[in-house]
Amino acid sequence: MTAVEVRPEVAAPPAGTPYDRLKVVPARHPGRWVATALVAVVLAMVVHSLITNPRWEWDIVGAYLTERSIVHGVITTIELTLITAVLGFALGTVLALMRLSRSPLLQAVSWGYTWVFRSVPLILQLLLWYNLAYLYKSLDVGIPFGPSFFSFDTLSLIDKFGAAILGLGLHQAAYSAEIVRAGILSVDQGQHEAAASLGIPRRRQATRIVLPQAMRSIVPTAVNEVIGLFKGTSIVYVLALGELFYTVSVIYGRTQRVLPMLVVAAIWYVVLTTVVTVIQYYVERYYARGAVRTLPPTPLQRLRGNLTAGLTRVRALGRAR
Amino acid sequence: MTASPAIDTATRPGRVEVHGVRKAYAGVEVLHGVDLVVEPGTVTVILGPSGSGKSTLLRSINHLEKVDRGFVALDGELVGYRRKGDTLHELKEKELLRQRTRFGFVFQSFNLFPHLTALDNVVEAPVSAQGRPRAEVEAEARALLTRVGLAGREKAYPRQLSGGQQQRVAIARALAMTPAVLLFDEPTSALDPELVGEVLAVIEQLAEDGTTMIVVTHEIGFARRAADRVVFMDDGRIVESGPPEQVLDDPQHERTKAFLARVL
Repeated sequence: MTAVEVRPEVAAPPAGTPYDRLKVVPARHPGRWVATALVAVVLAMVVHSLITNPRWEWDIVGAYLTERSIVHGVITTIELTLITAVLGFALGTVLALMRLSRSPLLQAVSWGYTWVFRSVPLILQLLLWYNLAYLYKSLDVGIPFGPSFFSFDTLSLIDKFGAAILGLGLHQAAYSAEIVRAGILSVDQGQHEAAASLGIPRRRQATRIVLPQAMRSIVPTAVNEVIGLFKGTSIVYVLALGELFYTVSVIYGRTQRVLPMLVVAAIWYVVLTTVVTVIQYYVERYYARGAVRTLPPTPLQRLRGNLTAGLTRVRALGRAR
Repeated sequence: MTASPAIDTATRPGRVEVHGVRKAYAGVEVLHGVDLVVEPGTVTVILGPSGSGKSTLLRSINHLEKVDRGFVALDGELVGYRRKGDTLHELKEKELLRQRTRFGFVFQSFNLFPHLTALDNVVEAPVSAQGRPRAEVEAEARALLTRVGLAGREKAYPRQLSGGQQQRVAIARALAMTPAVLLFDEPTSALDPELVGEVLAVIEQLAEDGTTMIVVTHEIGFARRAADRVVFMDDGRIVESGPPEQVLDDPQHERTKAFLARVL
């Protein structure tokens, strides 16, 4: 067998100069420059109008942004979101496991729950829960069809906040159930088999083997849902509950400063969403353990990397000129 | 290699009996009544073309597949059932899981838990299924990983290991449960040729140590070196079985001859 002699590093340079002395000119992208310039102009126009148009009334935005009632509204929004997210995903996980169980009744109940709670509009559900006292004057804890031990007055148990939590949480559970179920189904069948062949107890299989792997596909969609909830809580203004949007609407109803108040609310929603997005990044990174050979960089590492890369490119450009 | 005569087969655990096992998927029968006895301390290699029912048989032995007819027994204890007089009671999931720990199973596609390190893969089952103290199991797991040639890779996640290394972790994971019988389902079929050797070397070492093993494989050379008995399957039946030199070098059945002519 003869060796093939066309190895580029030993082939002679055409003009007699060694390759390492040749000058490298980076490829040019004129189209990219034009597009960048266009977008920059549009951006500048937007910023300019935001600053110069007095009707944005930035002074009022600034004054109300951290006003007490607004901050109180923000806190209520956070409380509503966190409680309903936890309630929704806890119940959703139970529903997903019921749906995947081998009992036809559990499957049917889970399916039925999702069907009903996804079908009825959220606003309608909220009002239904708020008016539960009309259907049942008191709620009893006791033996089914038998005597009761405790009795609660429905009206005092389910106040505005309770109705909001119930409405949002139960509605969210229907969606969460599908997300969790999809996550569980995404785990390779071989994982179930390996766990079963090792005799790992059923519950441990779920918590240690299947769910941690399912989390990889659950987290991005779940965060979507939590972000949706942050904004979705604004719908409970129909119950006159003092969360962010209701508070803002009360203020602009009184002061007639509609636009600046909407901007105040928008800024807060953006802040909340940003916080969740940052948390998402780290949660995803945590569950990526073992799924990728090397973990993706943290935003800080990436920023540093981008800066160095940018600098290198600028330097290279300078050298090319 | 033949079983060492010093091994006392009467008291040693790991005797597997398969009686008239039948199994159908969606109405199509893939096992048409299989009988097989594996003596403790021996290595049985199951050969046969794809779709001949080898894997199904193996998976029936530790009840990953429920058989339609027939029985599997380990040391006289029925797998998947409890006998009370003349009636058989199907085991509950919990009892079944406990019974499965007596078999170690090594999969073609490794099926390591990707989110756990090599060490945690090995440690998980002895701790959660057998309730043994973690520290003790960890020390043992390290020794097992060393035994399969993976000392120093305890902290690696499966995806950071080569296929051959992953399969060796899977073998260590199965061994950690101190099973009576090890079942291998085409353990080298997902590996590139260079990595096959390192996995087979580990299995052959286990064979020399006298571990009871049933190995489904296409590696004829391995069968010749390590098997006490070679079983040839075709179309859901055992066509012939015997010592490797007999089945591999002097096959009696036409189907066996044809198969060996193609793979050798």
